[in-house]
Amino acid sequence: MSTRALVGASGEADDVADLASGASPATTAAPFLSIRGLSKRLGRTQALLGIDMEAHADELLVVLGPTGAGKTTLLRTIAGLEQPDTGSIMMAGHDVTRSDPAERDVALVFQNFSLYPRWTVRRNLEFPLRAPGRNIPEAEIQRRIGWAAELLKMSRFLDREASRLSGGEMQRVAIGRAIVRRPRLFLMDEPLTNLDAKLREALRVELVELRRELKTPMVFVTHDQAEALSMADRIVVLSEGRILQTGTPREIYERPASPVVALQLGQPAINLLRVRRVEGDWVAADATPLMPADVAGPNDRLLGIRPEDIEPQGPATQSERAGRPSEAVVKVVEYIGPTTTLLCEWAGTHVHIVIPRRGTIRPGDRIRPRINAARAVLFDVDPDPSRGGFT
Amino acid sequence: MSFLALEGLQKTYGDGTHAVRGIDLSVERGELIVLLGPSGCGKTTTLRMIAGLELATGGSIRLDGNDVTRLRPSRRDVGMVFQFYALYPHLTVRENIGFPLRAAAVAASEIRSRVDAVAARMDLVKLLESYPKQLSGGDQQKVSLARAIVRRPAVYLMDEPLGTLDADQRLAMRELIRAEQLASKVTTIYVTHDQEEAMSLADRIVVMEGGRIRQVGTPAEVYDRPADLFVATFVGSPGMNFIRGEVAGGSDHSMFVSQAGRISIDIPRPARLGLATLGIRCEHVYEDPAGSIVGSVLTEEYLGNASNVHVETEVGRLIVRATGASRRTRGSEMRLRLDPGQISVFDAATEQRL
Repeated sequence: MSTRALVGASGEADDVADLASGASPATTAAPFLSIRGLSKRLGRTQALLGIDMEAHADELLVVLGPTGAGKTTLLRTIAGLEQPDTGSIMMAGHDVTRSDPAERDVALVFQNFSLYPRWTVRRNLEFPLRAPGRNIPEAEIQRRIGWAAELLKMSRFLDREASRLSGGEMQRVAIGRAIVRRPRLFLMDEPLTNLDAKLREALRVELVELRRELKTPMVFVTHDQAEALSMADRIVVLSEGRILQTGTPREIYERPASPVVALQLGQPAINLLRVRRVEGDWVAADATPLMPADVAGPNDRLLGIRPEDIEPQGPATQSERAGRPSEAVVKVVEYIGPTTTLLCEWAGTHVHIVIPRRGTIRPGDRIRPRINAARAVLFDVDPDPSRGGFT
Repeated sequence: MSFLALEGLQKTYGDGTHAVRGIDLSVERGELIVLLGPSGCGKTTTLRMIAGLELATGGSIRLDGNDVTRLRPSRRDVGMVFQFYALYPHLTVRENIGFPLRAAAVAASEIRSRVDAVAARMDLVKLLESYPKQLSGGDQQKVSLARAIVRRPAVYLMDEPLGTLDADQRLAMRELIRAEQLASKVTTIYVTHDQEEAMSLADRIVVMEGGRIRQVGTPAEVYDRPADLFVATFVGSPGMNFIRGEVAGGSDHSMFVSQAGRISIDIPRPARLGLATLGIRCEHVYEDPAGSIVGSVLTEEYLGNASNVHVETEVGRLIVRATGASRRTRGSEMRLRLDPGQISVFDAATEQRL
């Protein structure tokens, strides 16, 4: 029912989605998009501050951040719908910072599908190609629509009215409307957020494959960490208008630059424990020994450990043999198919552990968790605030 | 006799739309039942009929031995939870939790004792006189759950209550709901389209589609032994892999043979011969240099703690669960093996499990 309400909900989006121009794609050396020192204030908010980023010619770059991080402002600035206060935007080697949206030849796809509800799918797709001044021959228009319909599996509903489509079908049409234009760059603003979980999953893969086929760069904005990890060639983690880290999904998941970044990726979230070095072990605030400590570095750290990197039942450690047991109590067991999540009381706090498949572990059981020390990340307790301070 | 019983429950709207096409369901006292299905499957309509917000056009609803099919909502002793709304910032935790009771004109002394009871159970006593902004995010969620359940009806009815929360909050709230429901043992019917939410919360899942029940079972039953192709696709992330082929063999032994005879797998129990579809979960497809299925990698979905590798094979596209550590390049060859103990076989025509 929500999808119906969403048809054409964003009337203002219609003029925005169509940033057409006749400019042909330029072929230049990577990166296609290069942003330097971009800052933008919106009213009293510093929406973006000193953004440096690049998107390569054949890359899917995901900008990940919570609501209010500045993701949409960044996208609108790239599209030319907002002017930056300072900084520059280069596309294909040309400075487009002051170019109007049409000259940039980019296509935007929004969270709300912004189709004309009373028009057929075909007419919605034709619309950007029939824009005044484009002068595309009729045969070419039909060829592109046929091509997009096949790629996005829309052929069977091409002549249906947009208001009669399901949410997934509508979002396909919205994407179709962007690709028939053959833009130089796709800008996607949470295009999957309003869809059912099952559909999101399927469209994630479809979008990645579609983009590969088109070989067109894409900047994809989302707050959904699963989308970011599974779709991105590289991720830019944005928070309060600043970039906290840029890297491949694996780099950011396994080696987060700060606790704030670590908390943004992974579900359930990474476990963070205050630890202190005591007799060769990292021990928790309540003195529970957690894992062996390296020799160098500060004595107080913040230990980050992913839920899948804790084994629920390990062998006894040195500390245990020395009479310091480290038991946890299982509070909640969540079985979700390929994995099971345990919420445990351990070391004076709550810790998530993810185990493969279904175990025999039940709420109330006592277990002896073991941290895979090679996978642990140690953060400074009081890191540089510019990387996202953690208190 | 079951605590809540739906018999032949139907809802047909004036325009002829069949939202619910005859549902039978028995719920035991204290059970947490999740109605799971895509938009338009009839799950919310079913819930609203139990609540009395919609009247059934056929069948009956019995609650604790009484026929409530025609009763007004206020006379059914059910508590509807739509969403865990934000807390009122200008009210204390105690006032927030007691709000629904005050709105229902419950006596002040009664409100006090009920708020105390739920706060004690949920470890919120120390926070009762605080204001929401003084609380951690986790404690705020606890308070919103406490507020939702401070009335103690015979049945809680929850309609996608986590819909507006972000992923982290959803997970935390799921754990709270499960812990609280286990402690309070109030029968709960919970509606969602999110199969992961269903798996993690339910004692039993009711999978619905097209106004009908496709399967009722524990999360493990529904996941491991889906009743039909729809359930096999809808439950699990991703849904099952499918391979088309046929069941061949004799009376005491049968095997599944894929189209073009690329693979054949023994089926533990004899099954009806004929065209069939084999289903297998991605975590039961293994990379194996000696495996009989050869394919090439299409794409890899990295998930952090694991990866779903999409492989185009001779028997169609298969998704393989790999550790997050693996790295696959597009186009590289992969040999696969199926775990024969973990296969499901469905009739190709009826789509029912064999």
